[in-house]
Amino acid sequence: MRYLHIDSPRPRIAVFDFTDCEGCELQLANKEETLVPFLNAVEIVNFREIATGAGEDYEIAFVEGAISRSDEVERLKAIRGKARLLVALGSCACFGGVNRMKNAYDLGAANAEIYGRTPKETLPVRSVKEVVPVDLEIPGCPVSKDEVERIVRHLVLDVPFAFHAYPVCVECKQRFTTCLMEKGQLCLGPIVRAGCEAPCPAGGLGCWGCRGPAEAPNLEEFFALARERGFTDQEINERMAFFGGFEGVVVGGTR
Amino acid sequence: MNVDLNIRIHPLTRVEGHGDLLVRVVNGQLQEVHWDVVETPRFFEVMLKGKHYTSAAILTARICGICSIGHALASVRATERAFGVEIPETAAKLRLLAKHGETLQSHVLHLLFLAAPDFLGLPSVLPLLESSPSTVTLAARLKGVANRLCEVVAGRATHPVSIQVGGMAVFPDRRELASLKAELAGAVKDLAAVAELFKGFEMPAFSRETEFVSLKGEGSYPWIGGALLSSDGVERAEGDYLRMTNEFVDERNTSKLCRLSRESFAVGALARWNNNHRFLHPAARAAAEELGLGPDCHNPFKNNLAQLVESIHVVHESIALIEDLLAEPESVQTMAEVSPREGEGVGAVEVPRGILYHHYDYDGEGRVVRANCIIPTTQNNLNIQHDLKRLALDLAADGADDARMERLCSMLIRAYDPCISCSVH
Ligand code: SF4
Ligand code: SF4
Ligand code: SF4
Ligand SMILES: [Fe+2]
Repeated sequence: MRYLHIDSPRPRIAVFDFTDCEGCELQLANKEETLVPFLNAVEIVNFREIATGAGEDYEIAFVEGAISRSDEVERLKAIRGKARLLVALGSCACFGGVNRMKNAYDLGAANAEIYGRTPKETLPVRSVKEVVPVDLEIPGCPVSKDEVERIVRHLVLDVPFAFHAYPVCVECKQRFTTCLMEKGQLCLGPIVRAGCEAPCPAGGLGCWGCRGPAEAPNLEEFFALARERGFTDQEINERMAFFGGFEGVVVGGTR
Repeated sequence: MNVDLNIRIHPLTRVEGHGDLLVRVVNGQLQEVHWDVVETPRFFEVMLKGKHYTSAAILTARICGICSIGHALASVRATERAFGVEIPETAAKLRLLAKHGETLQSHVLHLLFLAAPDFLGLPSVLPLLESSPSTVTLAARLKGVANRLCEVVAGRATHPVSIQVGGMAVFPDRRELASLKAELAGAVKDLAAVAELFKGFEMPAFSRETEFVSLKGEGSYPWIGGALLSSDGVERAEGDYLRMTNEFVDERNTSKLCRLSRESFAVGALARWNNNHRFLHPAARAAAEELGLGPDCHNPFKNNLAQLVESIHVVHESIALIEDLLAEPESVQTMAEVSPREGEGVGAVEVPRGILYHHYDYDGEGRVVRANCIIPTTQNNLNIQHDLKRLALDLAADGADDARMERLCSMLIRAYDPCISCSVH
């Protein structure tokens, strides 16, 4: 069985960025101990941030960033037309990322505040799949290079990839981090999809949910637990809204 | 000379973000030259409104994937100054160490992955995988040490987690620190090899009188906080940053533009070098001399050399910082008490591309009422335009062809290491 119709042993990949910080594509140049084999496993035909010369004959397009301007919509559609496999790279591409919080503000007023009498074009933020069909989504702000490498390996070897269904808590406990909820911090670890290896709790910061919900998260139980520990619905909702991955999920009446 | 040139690059490659270069020459006369920043705006300052102080640094780190540690540092500093928080001394050392890791990571990425291909006549670093794999391995190793330094100290290299209002949330693993110290000794040797490589590169002979703005060194090469200084003699307090930047909006760019005493000014490694070189580590100053980087340098291409010299400085200073930190007792405090209060604060930090300002106004609950961020590339964009104009005039007068004009103009923009999405935010 060919996985998602890719038949090249050394896939021709392209990387494109839209409304974002380019932190995810930068991860592709990180993880230095495996950088050289990684670059040898793929053929990079278009990657503006690191290479001059834009090839159009790519099979896999990694698309980073949210979509928030009409020229981006056009550019994305053209990429979709050429790529056989379109991968949304990072939380901006998957959910809109932190940019999605912009949608809670009036865009006219936002423009006037920043640009005064010279407004710049801006649209409500959308994720990539809200604009074109997406074949695979890799969440994370930023993505984990380990996970991206695993996925690329699966693509090269033609084997389907499955994301962890379980929540961040599992990985957090595996690395013996003292639970931050026990220390009085709010942490979304119980309801967020694992795969990042829980770097935030280990560094003393509760999970902010950048990877979006785990599979069938037990939301009610989590909300009850968080309330019991004294966290307000507003805090929990603000936390869930931060990276856009919990769109439509709210605790209590209003957000 | 009857040269006609029409160069349109949309967008320029090997830089962070989207910017367009346009040069038009008719009959040997320069008609137009533009550097247009067309990146999509993200409205971070609007999204900050109403946010709790604990989330400001997490949000603003996402302004930039390359200098997220710098943004987090400017953010927590602005908040701490608004709340009147003094962070523990150990936290200040840890922050500087994380900052050095980021400076090294960013400078190495720029020097070896983005700038070096121009000097080698290559489209990217990728062909070196076959022709000179040891150069790629060297670059990867240096970037690796730098990223590990950030990870160990700040919890993650891109979008740090331990840099929090009040200090640093955790003291790093001591064994990791000790092994980093050994790796940094290796980086000293690797940087010597990079310096050898760059000695062989010909920096274009170009120079334009420029005003340079940076933090003012007082006893040491400055990175986090302090007075602001311009080479034209302007000196202001950190909180007075608005009068040091004078941001304005124009029609062509989604980035704002800045000026101070003249038509434009520059920030970044070359500005820091010009204003503060006497505070650099002796090994860095010796390297500068060997590389041909002298004081009062107005050749923007030499920003590359200033980055290399700074890389050497931060590696030496990091080794000393780690020695200091390893001598701290197990019980050492890295977080101060924080109680939010109404008021405003400014944080100025020297990030890889120049001085960065965050400014927040808080209500009594510790929620942001108003925010302002001024990014180094925003400050450099106008200076890039003025440099480009001079360079294009010189080249047109010299009868340069398309290829030479395009190559040198692109190299000039790249020399500033622009972080374009950051400059728009
Ligand atoms: S997901 Fe995060 S790291 Fe990736 S591009 Fe968006 S803001 Fe940057
Ligand atoms: S710190 Fe967070 S992720 Fe870790 S165990 Fe506790 S709740 Fe789960
Ligand atoms: S711990 Fe949470 S916020 Fe941190 S990387 Fe993992 S999913 Fe993202
Ligand atoms: Fe700004």
